Amino acid sequence: MKFLVCVSKVPDTTAKIAFKDNNTKFAGDGVTYILNPTDEWYALVRALELKEANGGHVTVINVGPAENDQILRKALAIGADDAVLIEADEEIEPFYVAQSIAEYAKNNGYDIVVTGKETINYNSFSIGGMIAEFMDAAFVSQVSKWEMNGNIAVLNREIEGGEEVVEVAAPFVLSAQKGMAEQRLPNMKGIMGAKTKPLSKIAAASGDTMVQLVAFENPKPKAAVKLIDAENVEELVHLLHTEAKVI
Amino acid sequence: MILVYIESNGEQLKKSSLEVLTYGKKMADKMGVPMGAICLGPLNNTDQAGQYGASTLFLASDAKLQTFDSRLFTKIIADTFTANNASVLVLPFNQNGKALGPRLSVRLKAGLVAGACALPNDQMQFAKNVFSGKAIAHYAIASNHKIVSVASNSIPSEAAPTSCTVTPLNVSISDADFKVKSIKVEKVSGDIPLSEAELVVSAGRGLKGAENWGMIEDCAKILGAATACSRAVADVHWRPHHEHVGQTGLAISPNLYIAVGISGAIQHLAGVSSSKTIVVINTDADAPFFKAADYGIVGDAFEVMPKFNEALRKFKANS
Repeated sequence: MKFLVCVSKVPDTTAKIAFKDNNTKFAGDGVTYILNPTDEWYALVRALELKEANGGHVTVINVGPAENDQILRKALAIGADDAVLIEADEEIEPFYVAQSIAEYAKNNGYDIVVTGKETINYNSFSIGGMIAEFMDAAFVSQVSKWEMNGNIAVLNREIEGGEEVVEVAAPFVLSAQKGMAEQRLPNMKGIMGAKTKPLSKIAAASGDTMVQLVAFENPKPKAAVKLIDAENVEELVHLLHTEAKVI
Repeated sequence: MILVYIESNGEQLKKSSLEVLTYGKKMADKMGVPMGAICLGPLNNTDQAGQYGASTLFLASDAKLQTFDSRLFTKIIADTFTANNASVLVLPFNQNGKALGPRLSVRLKAGLVAGACALPNDQMQFAKNVFSGKAIAHYAIASNHKIVSVASNSIPSEAAPTSCTVTPLNVSISDADFKVKSIKVEKVSGDIPLSEAELVVSAGRGLKGAENWGMIEDCAKILGAATACSRAVADVHWRPHHEHVGQTGLAISPNLYIAVGISGAIQHLAGVSSSKTIVVINTDADAPFFKAADYGIVGDAFEVMPKFNEALRKFKANS
């Protein structure tokens, strides 16, 4: 089995979210970047576990600027066999990110493509589904459990108010979420080994603009909290009914 | 035409589907075009689509379509979109919509805004939450065909009675068309799915143990709310992980979010800060969550919650 794990580079979860250039760009200077949590903790680790159990090969892939090789090295240190950087401008649209990855997957015989359910910067849940459509493959989203039974994957996927268990044969794309695996910290051997693992670079797909970012906006600051005495919970109920009008 | 993808539970349309119909209807009125709705799978109440503004309901009622296969659904929706010269597709940003939106974007070569939180402005720009609720981004869709998926609770559903024709979709489906095989469905939470809930009661480590969740569940029951929890609590398995809200869990935007014994780490706030009203109950007056709250009580959850539940019960009995 050849697994292609898509990893994204995102600002650390505690990073200050500010914008520059007339609010059209994220102010990333001085910000620490990390592997997108659901890509790293669930998609990558589970692919590695399945490879360790059944054999196979795990490639990590990112679409972005040259300096993104750093996050690919981190993924290699965690255990991926090799890495691919599809070089593109930071602002490349999800549509072309997905097209680039799908083309690489098809041309190189990957029949299982894995992503995290969403990135924590754009929260669009979009890359996996787009890759699947470019590959004309099955797509199962928000998977919390992933077992392989020969060539058949048995997956638990989140649905409203519950879970569904589905079976799907390769080729398929899945997006991973909490429950699938536990975070794996790279050890010294992994970190040393990552330096010499293969990392290849290729060019990205491009085309007409699909969606244009007009501007970012920070949410309006909240008014100060209205504190209510712990002995006077009736007042809270009253305010929720008459002022907030939510009950 | 604006085409709206809607879903039923077999009998009725889901709450998120009524919301997207309202969203689509308001866009259609502004653009001066009719709205069609497409539903795949059995639906008994075929009047609802018209009640919420659709002039055509495209219905493929084949029971096989109770199995959700994003590849097959994409084909049927795209064919209907093209055959009716639609220009805009609206979907719910729910579990299935999150899988369909991106696929349809590729198939129809249409720009997608995934998870819009408001109607488009006069320049047809769409707002959505980014950085896990820490910012909002405004997007313009440059392609001729446009797709927007709408986040739950972004717009209240509103009846707009319209004369509606039910058009059966002649799709012949065989088992071979399905790449995904459904084995079983397990309901793991109460009646109200967290992602759609308008009221949410949530608790964290301050509750000291899984055995103390009774008062949270009571509160949720009285209000008709869903229950949720912090990451710390899901990680130690006091609560199931599907209840985890926050940056790496579920992002929600209910009308009311009540946080009990949750300090309000930035990662938790990210997932809930777009809630319309936030109530925080915490022993620590310096808990960061109070800065994001509308109403707060500094107090011990074990003393406050029983009293709060009692007050809610009285309020409910009198209203």
